[in-house]
Amino acid sequence: MTDTTASLPPGRSAPVKPFVSASLREPEPAPVSTRGPVRWVRAHLVGSVPQVLLTLFGIWLVYATVPPLIKFFIVDAVWTGTSRDACLAEKLGRPVGACWPFVWAKLDQLIYGFYPAAERWRVNVVYWLGALLLLPLLIQKLPYKRLNAIAFFGVFPVAAFVLLTGGDLDLQRFLLGNLGFGALFPAPAAKSGLSIAFWLDFVASTVLVTAIAYGISRFLSGAEGARSAAKTTLTVFAVLAVVLFVVDVPLGLPQVETRLWGGLLVTLVIAVTGITVSLPFGILLALGRRSSLPLVKAASIIFIEFWRGVPLITVLFFATYMLPLFLPGRFTIDGLLRALVGVALFASAYMAEVVRGGLQAIPKGQYEGAMAVGLRPSLMMRLVVLPQALKLVIPGIVNNFIGLFKDTTLVLIVSIFDLLGAMRAAFTDPNWASPTTLFTGFGFAGIVYFVFCFGMSRYSMALEKRLDRAQRH
Amino acid sequence: MSDARLSGPPPAPSRRWSWTDPKLRSSVIQIVLALILIWLAWAFYANAQSNLTRLGIASGFGFLDNRAGFAISQTLIPYNENMSYGRAFMVGLLNTLLVAFLGIVLATIIGFLMGVARLSKNVVIKALASAYVEITRNLPPLFQILFWYLAVLSTLPGPRQSWGFGIQPVLGAIGSGLSGIGLGFLGGPLSAFAASLAAPSVFVNNRGLVVPRPIFEDGSMAILYALIVAVVASIAIGLWAKKRREATGKPFPVFWTGLALVILLPLAASAAAGFPVTVEKPELRGFNFVGGLRVIPEFVSLLLALSIYTGGFIAEIVRSGIMAVSKGQTEAAHSLGLRTGPTLRLVVIPQAMRVIVPPLTSQYLNLTKNSSLGVAVGYPDLFAVFAGSTLNQTGQAIEIIAVTMAVYLTISIVTSTIMGWYNKRVALVER
Repeated sequence: MTDTTASLPPGRSAPVKPFVSASLREPEPAPVSTRGPVRWVRAHLVGSVPQVLLTLFGIWLVYATVPPLIKFFIVDAVWTGTSRDACLAEKLGRPVGACWPFVWAKLDQLIYGFYPAAERWRVNVVYWLGALLLLPLLIQKLPYKRLNAIAFFGVFPVAAFVLLTGGDLDLQRFLLGNLGFGALFPAPAAKSGLSIAFWLDFVASTVLVTAIAYGISRFLSGAEGARSAAKTTLTVFAVLAVVLFVVDVPLGLPQVETRLWGGLLVTLVIAVTGITVSLPFGILLALGRRSSLPLVKAASIIFIEFWRGVPLITVLFFATYMLPLFLPGRFTIDGLLRALVGVALFASAYMAEVVRGGLQAIPKGQYEGAMAVGLRPSLMMRLVVLPQALKLVIPGIVNNFIGLFKDTTLVLIVSIFDLLGAMRAAFTDPNWASPTTLFTGFGFAGIVYFVFCFGMSRYSMALEKRLDRAQRH
Repeated sequence: MSDARLSGPPPAPSRRWSWTDPKLRSSVIQIVLALILIWLAWAFYANAQSNLTRLGIASGFGFLDNRAGFAISQTLIPYNENMSYGRAFMVGLLNTLLVAFLGIVLATIIGFLMGVARLSKNVVIKALASAYVEITRNLPPLFQILFWYLAVLSTLPGPRQSWGFGIQPVLGAIGSGLSGIGLGFLGGPLSAFAASLAAPSVFVNNRGLVVPRPIFEDGSMAILYALIVAVVASIAIGLWAKKRREATGKPFPVFWTGLALVILLPLAASAAAGFPVTVEKPELRGFNFVGGLRVIPEFVSLLLALSIYTGGFIAEIVRSGIMAVSKGQTEAAHSLGLRTGPTLRLVVIPQAMRVIVPPLTSQYLNLTKNSSLGVAVGYPDLFAVFAGSTLNQTGQAIEIIAVTMAVYLTISIVTSTIMGWYNKRVALVER
């Protein structure tokens, strides 16, 4: 100790007493283990008086809810029967729980609505086709994602449309005909089911539009740009021609009007259409909102904020009652299509915000790097920014889909019977009126909605975790 | 072609008109967009004109002064069927605001409770809260509204067999329960005590909820004035106490003083005015209740469904907000000597609010918008009254739907402005 004082320079005043203990402390006992079942119970269930009370309350709550539910839905439930008599306590002479025969009897109506029984195989084909295309898309490890996505988002909707409606649209006029040049083409005549006037109009319109595109881009960006513009236009028209041909050609399937559709079919049609249509429009709107052009930006912001600021019901009412007044008198749109237009407008606005989140998450360096290698803005978006941004927002898109799936129940209010609507209609059947019918029906519909939504939300969470891990590399 | 390019003069003049020129491109795009929008607006206008004349529908807002002719089951302001559509609109709007406001309050309480419960150390509570959140978030709101309305409320007993709520039946039930398990020496006196209390005054039956109604007689305004004075005084005391604490470091029990003021001043005013507020209790007479205030089942089911559904989402927001505050903050507060309460109140919650407020805003907006689902069970909100009954009678779809949308849009904008202002207050102040 004296050594330290001696080493101090002479100018310093009295040294501070070093803070060092003179003796060794007794060793403290080893910390209490926090493992083992007893410790776990103490930490998580009965640590203190409030803890004990909370635990008791929780156990009481479980005891008060779970056994009665099991008793109602399984133990006391009636499983077979043909009418309400099977589910009446007086007839059975025992307490009656869920009336499952009611659900079996109405199952067809809940899945297909009033779709004609002879044609229900078409709905089944669509269900299976959708599942077979969607499942590999959801499993990350499987290859051919791009092909799969094109099949699901491009080919499947057209096939589903033809299968469900019966195709064979009565196409009359294309671009030129609608713009007032209808007299140029022969009167609507059909040869082997194809409308000649329409296809003549289509070919003429294709040639005309391609020529205009070629001419403008020739004037603006030279011969090479003109060639590529013409090629793009022709490709678009070729794809359009294939789609139109498929919906135009008669396949011998009887037509099924959309007012006969119902149940789960309508729920899935609206949700899948909404998400498929909203994806491209949402991307365009998101890009528009981030654009540097004031008019484009303002238009996108107004569109997005307007549809996000009003309830979906008003959007459905808008599409059902107001939109027909805005369209030329000769257009008659059927009820389901009106609802689909409303849902598409609404979903696009929400999708735009999700995509915008992804675009904002892309570091500025990516944009600058793309510009530095000389990419045009459109190529920069297509090759550099969007692939990264869209990958980031897949969980958000799935969440949007869950919201849309739940929101499809609202079409009930514009008299379209989705799953919930079909269930509500089934309740009014006097043949099945029993004290437990309502609870059984709500239980069944609740399980269906829960399985879909919970499954999707778990998928989205798993995906988020994986993307998070991939981001950190 | 390439030969011509090589041998010909350089394309100098065309460069001025090049598509790669950002200025030119942006003006071309914007002009095209403007033309398309103008064309769309014109086409919509022209089509609407011709369609309306063809269908013989009147236009304009003159209908608002016409006699409505339909009854509304819940009115906050005086209304009868001889009043105008404009009056019916106001009734509907107030009903929407009422259910939205109460729904927001309830959903916030449920959400905060459940969010904290999900973070509890107690595994039973945690599991229950998780089950609540997963179930309520994954069932569509319309499903929940219909469930409460059709499956729960309409299967309740009729008015004559109403369930009474109050301290009396609860104590009575506990008393008989105790007697049932062999504790008669405790249960007997409790039952006797319960029987001596007044009968319940809150009833639930399939026609809704019946509660006592306060009746305000002359002099009731004095109580309101006293309450206002008390609130203003509390705020003033709070400001003064903050100033004094910053200057001298001396604390002042602002909360307790404020509470005492808010309770005691109106009480004193009420005593001075001779207790002008009385309570009218509902009584069962014949087949229904007389007196009291009846809350219609449509309102109850809508409020329950909205607050339970949104409560699940708010619970998740609260949980993620609290989890976003790093553990070091709590530990640092503890090491400074703050106890659990002040640590939560002064350190954790203010930081969590920064994460919570923006998504909370959108949940409030969702709840307000979802209140329009009341139309499915017949709750007379803005949508049901205006876009439902009024649209059916007048057929003026364009005006009515536009006004309805405008109202919801305004509510959304006002709510997000208020929450934006609050968010700015709690946001992190950066240099």
